[in-house]
Amino acid sequence: MKTSSGRRPWTFYALAAFFALFVLFLYGPMISVLVLAFQGPSGALDFPLRNPSLIWFAELAHPKGTGDVIGAFNRSLPLALIVMVLSVLMSVTAGFAFRRRFHGATLLFYTAVASLIAPGLVLSIGILVMFRFLDLPAAWYSSALGAHLSWALPFGLLIMFAVLGRLNPSYEEAAYDLGASRWRTVRDVVLPIVFPGIIAVALFGFTLSYDEFPRTWLTAGTKNTLPLEIWTMTTNVTSPALYALGTVTTIFSFLLIGLALGSILVIQRRRSAQR
Amino acid sequence: MTSKRSLTPYLQVTPLALVLLVFFIVPIALVLIVSFFRYQMLVGLTPDFTFDNYLDVLTNPTTWRLYFSTVKFTLIVLALTFVIGFWIAYFLVFHIRNLLVSIGLFLVCTVPFWTSNIIRMISWRPILGKEGLINQALLDSGVVAHPLTWLLYSDFSVVIAYVHLNTMFMIVPIFNSMARIDRALLEVAVDAGATRWEAVWNIVLPLSKTGIALGALFVVTLVMGDFFVVSVMSGGLSGSATTGMFNDLQFLNYPRAAANAVILLIVVLLIAAGIFRLVDVRKELVR
Repeated sequence: MKTSSGRRPWTFYALAAFFALFVLFLYGPMISVLVLAFQGPSGALDFPLRNPSLIWFAELAHPKGTGDVIGAFNRSLPLALIVMVLSVLMSVTAGFAFRRRFHGATLLFYTAVASLIAPGLVLSIGILVMFRFLDLPAAWYSSALGAHLSWALPFGLLIMFAVLGRLNPSYEEAAYDLGASRWRTVRDVVLPIVFPGIIAVALFGFTLSYDEFPRTWLTAGTKNTLPLEIWTMTTNVTSPALYALGTVTTIFSFLLIGLALGSILVIQRRRSAQR
Repeated sequence: MTSKRSLTPYLQVTPLALVLLVFFIVPIALVLIVSFFRYQMLVGLTPDFTFDNYLDVLTNPTTWRLYFSTVKFTLIVLALTFVIGFWIAYFLVFHIRNLLVSIGLFLVCTVPFWTSNIIRMISWRPILGKEGLINQALLDSGVVAHPLTWLLYSDFSVVIAYVHLNTMFMIVPIFNSMARIDRALLEVAVDAGATRWEAVWNIVLPLSKTGIALGALFVVTLVMGDFFVVSVMSGGLSGSATTGMFNDLQFLNYPRAAANAVILLIVVLLIAAGIFRLVDVRKELVR
């Protein structure tokens, strides 16, 4: 269990088997969708896979019965990018503020937590009513953006707490004592330590928005975002085109995660090479 | 860091505070206000101060039935995600000797979280459906004569989907708490004659309570506030605490939907307050 050498106890094998089962549980269904997306023209929504083909992917590009997938993507992507940039800027700066004492810190913290745990549907009703009162139309770039931020920001803040908790103030004091300017200290001491956390906030901000359903449902206005489009498809579309769409969005998510994790890895390596 | 009082922290939190004010506090306050309005068919909302909406919701037996069902799901899912999350995190932190392998396996557990929830729900269909993989296997091996129909569009599939979607929220905070536990503590315990089980029970469990509390907070609030997983995975057969709200919205009965929303919010915040009373999450986080 805790010794760093020697024979592994039986619990290791039991837990390893448990872990393998859990991974199968996590990925198994996803893989089956990935496979069934290549279903042939006569194939159904279930196994077996008959005459593998790409026709369901082709159908996505030429929407007849499947709805406006590409238009929805063209709204979801910029929305997610805006949420990503804003949540990085705001939660990183706010995270630093929380390292010092200021009036209202506790109140702000608990407001952020409440915002994180308030059911998405409850908040959506509130935002919808607010836009009605102001006589503004609900749209993805206004009401939905706000709804997404009110959930992505507290998440980012919690991540920053975890990251900044590891940033010992004595590192900065040491830099000041050695004559570093404030800017230099931030650049050479603080940022390298905090950077992986910033990428984590960015990844969370992006995906929380890109995949968010309950908070978008009422606030997106007349034009659907991608999750809403997929939701509509689950009720209308009974062909493997649904799986094809699932495959495409999943691959997109995986590319993004790979990009984020890859950049963390590159930064870490560069940092250790400098030393 | 610096002891001098300055404006800097206030400027730094202003954007966050503004967003929370405009897109959280004001909307929630509006929900509260509208919940006292009067709703008339075809006329719409009239400003008022009436408790009728609350009376309407609370005297409706359906509300109680739906809340009971939601609480049932929440407790089952909480228990399952806790047991799974705890042992997965324990395995990754204390059994994997190589830090890189441990982080790699941790990522394997968290990556699906970053993909679409709706797609992840749909993906159970070819597995659990009437002609799904499990039924095919059971029929082929002759275990059952007819396909099992309770696998999909049932309480069973709702629980499966919740666990599938939400276990990540337990694993990550518990992993984070466990990673901070000093290994020497465990060695001392074992040297002093504790069994492996006693060490887990008396050292690992208490020291991961912050992570467990955070995970429970996420799981409880996600399940309590959910509408979509229940309606997709039960095929519309089961409802949740939000179902009433959803129906009222369809009929544009905002006041009653708002009253429903306020009740749900109060229940969720009370649970959260209970969890925060048990564990001072903030102090542990900042430390």
